[in-house]
Amino acid sequence: MGAKGLEHYLDNSATTAVSKAAADKAYAVMTTTFGNPSSLHSKGMEAEHELTAARKSVASCLHVSQEEITFTSGGTEANNLALFGAAYASKRVRSKIIISAVEHSSVLEAGKQLENEGFTVARILPRSDGVIHPEDVAAETDAATALVSVMLVNNETGAVMPVGEIFSAVKAKNSQTLCHTDAVQAFGKLEIKARALGADLLSVSGHKVHAPKGVGALYVRRGVRLVPRQYGGEQEKRLRPGTENLPAIAALGVACGEFDIAGNRVTAERLNRYARERLSAIDGVTVNSPDNALPYVLNISAGRVRSETMLHFLEERDIFVSSGSACAKGKPSHVLSALGLSRERADSALRLSFCKTNTEADIDALCEGIRQGLRVLAHR
Amino acid sequence: MKEIILIKDGEIVLKGLNRRQFEDVLKKNIRIALQGLGSFAITSAQSTIAVKPLGDDIDLDEACARIGRVFGIVSFSRAALCEEKSMESVLATAPVYLEKQLRAAKTFKVEAKRSDKKFPLKSPEICRELGGVILSKYRHLTVDVHHPDVTVYVEIRDHGAYVHADPIRGAGGIPVGTGGKAVVLISGGIDSPVAAYMMAKRGVKLTAVHFASPPYTAMRAEEKVVRLLQKVSRYAMPMTMYTVPFTKIQEKLRDDCPEELFTIIMRRLMMEIAQRIARDHDCAALITGESLGQVASQTIGALNCTDDAADMVVFRPLIGMDKQEIINIAYQIDTYETSIEPYEDCCTVFTPRHPRTKPILKFVKAAQEKAGFEPLIEEALQNLKITQIYPED
Repeated sequence: MGAKGLEHYLDNSATTAVSKAAADKAYAVMTTTFGNPSSLHSKGMEAEHELTAARKSVASCLHVSQEEITFTSGGTEANNLALFGAAYASKRVRSKIIISAVEHSSVLEAGKQLENEGFTVARILPRSDGVIHPEDVAAETDAATALVSVMLVNNETGAVMPVGEIFSAVKAKNSQTLCHTDAVQAFGKLEIKARALGADLLSVSGHKVHAPKGVGALYVRRGVRLVPRQYGGEQEKRLRPGTENLPAIAALGVACGEFDIAGNRVTAERLNRYARERLSAIDGVTVNSPDNALPYVLNISAGRVRSETMLHFLEERDIFVSSGSACAKGKPSHVLSALGLSRERADSALRLSFCKTNTEADIDALCEGIRQGLRVLAHR
Repeated sequence: MKEIILIKDGEIVLKGLNRRQFEDVLKKNIRIALQGLGSFAITSAQSTIAVKPLGDDIDLDEACARIGRVFGIVSFSRAALCEEKSMESVLATAPVYLEKQLRAAKTFKVEAKRSDKKFPLKSPEICRELGGVILSKYRHLTVDVHHPDVTVYVEIRDHGAYVHADPIRGAGGIPVGTGGKAVVLISGGIDSPVAAYMMAKRGVKLTAVHFASPPYTAMRAEEKVVRLLQKVSRYAMPMTMYTVPFTKIQEKLRDDCPEELFTIIMRRLMMEIAQRIARDHDCAALITGESLGQVASQTIGALNCTDDAADMVVFRPLIGMDKQEIINIAYQIDTYETSIEPYEDCCTVFTPRHPRTKPILKFVKAAQEKAGFEPLIEEALQNLKITQIYPED
């Protein structure tokens, strides 16, 4: 990361720096076009124009129409709205939900809650390649299935799920079943065509794509009915009432306008290749990400050093990564366990995630840090 | 209506000739506890400390909550100060000040205490007159002198007449600072903050020592300890925390000592370092949160080995308590939720697979001496990090 000179920020799947244009937009909306989009006067209209512009921008990134975009407070809310909204909309006729076992916690926990509320929830495990297979999902799909939710890109490994094939296999079994994908980690990194994917619902988040925290969106295909999670005014067609978080929404619109999916992909691939090359030269480092993973995420295990220890060791050298397993008190990651990694490898997993401003120098610093760390920290 | 807090001091009335000194410490502690709430006049007379707010906008609910956490107080009352020291004024004040309590009750009684013997009415007369006025004003009430729902207290003192309802229970114990000074070893778990609280209750002024092993332990683990101590210091008074850089010592331990003795030698080194900090700061005891049998390093055999490392007395107030009893106190002093945040602390770094539960002291000592920790201990003591801890919610 160039911004702070010596910092090497390799945790872009956790969050990203807000781009200058997006931050400027947010500032302008906070101080100039600060009206309430619902107000009848010209300040309100001006604000509504900001809102519409942002909606169009997000919609065009997903190749959908702007009426199909509902702004939320982020990815978690979008996922919750999709799951609860769809489950309750068809509750009387269909009461089964299918999710993958490697979803983000906002889907897994929502699933648990739906289970408590009387729905049947099936969880599909990935196969050893780290990917959810269409036939496994189709096999679970039946007449009672209200919703299937499978993420597009996994947040820990970068594995790309064959969501398009999964959804068509599901629809072949039950055309009434709604299909949702959590596209938070894919947004801005893969060309997403919501309709071509066969998605009825699709979640994205702002702060993973250089927009501020506190904004996200849910694509709701025209004709799909959801039950709202909250009640209030007329905003977002009553599906998500409450005065819009306009500074963040407008900034998200700007950030979407800056997407350079093909260009960034080239950068990410170059960095990923370079990282794999350099890391493979270090004794004891193994790659956990599956081969088809998105180049932006690289999950590795470093020797026998616990993730958290290595993370803090690297942090002291201004290198920021994520503990791939986020293992709180010895509980290894559900995603890595599902991949069939040994306990030892899961315990020492690190997640590197890149963005367009990362350079080879960041990777060099990382490799040097890991090399030192292994020397200093490893058990004999 | 002017209000005042009347405090009955606890065990300190037993302390004979030291009493004056104890009371001075208690007053100082009350003043520290009330810091930031405005100014108060704190005076003592007739075995009662009176805390009088000087100003109208002082938050007395918060003042009472804080006084409820000061050790050395058996009970206290939030009272109305009658405008003048006369029966008329008492009769005018009591029914109004205690209206809420009297309306909620079915039975009541009046209890009067006349320490100013110049007051024209005697105690039974005061009770009778005030009882009559209350009965005529709140017709649903009856008198019950044995088990009343509410007792109306009238105190006629040298400095004025006061009215209050049943007193509030204080934190008990004896004033912090009257029981000497000790170093508490604090890890960030559930136990050590409770141990600190319990010894502070016995009047001990605390200095905290925490061991940090970055990068094996997170900066957040240390921040968590600071937050825990901020909670504890609401009872134990402000204190100083020393963070010992422990990484090199633990690495040496890992590299040069037998694995099954990692924990036991680590505990001995912690005691050694804590004891040296204690000596430098005039502390004469160590405090730990150990509880017998809780983990491998807390067996009788292991504790004998740990104890051997310290020349000064080691207090282990939790030694005979069950985990649930400890957790109950942690809840009561509001440290539990912070304690269970999942950051690695130095006790969980390099945990041996099969720790010795019956270590033999001479082998432990031999292994420790062979590795030779002295230079690293010196270095750690040269690099202590000092943090001042003040009470915070």
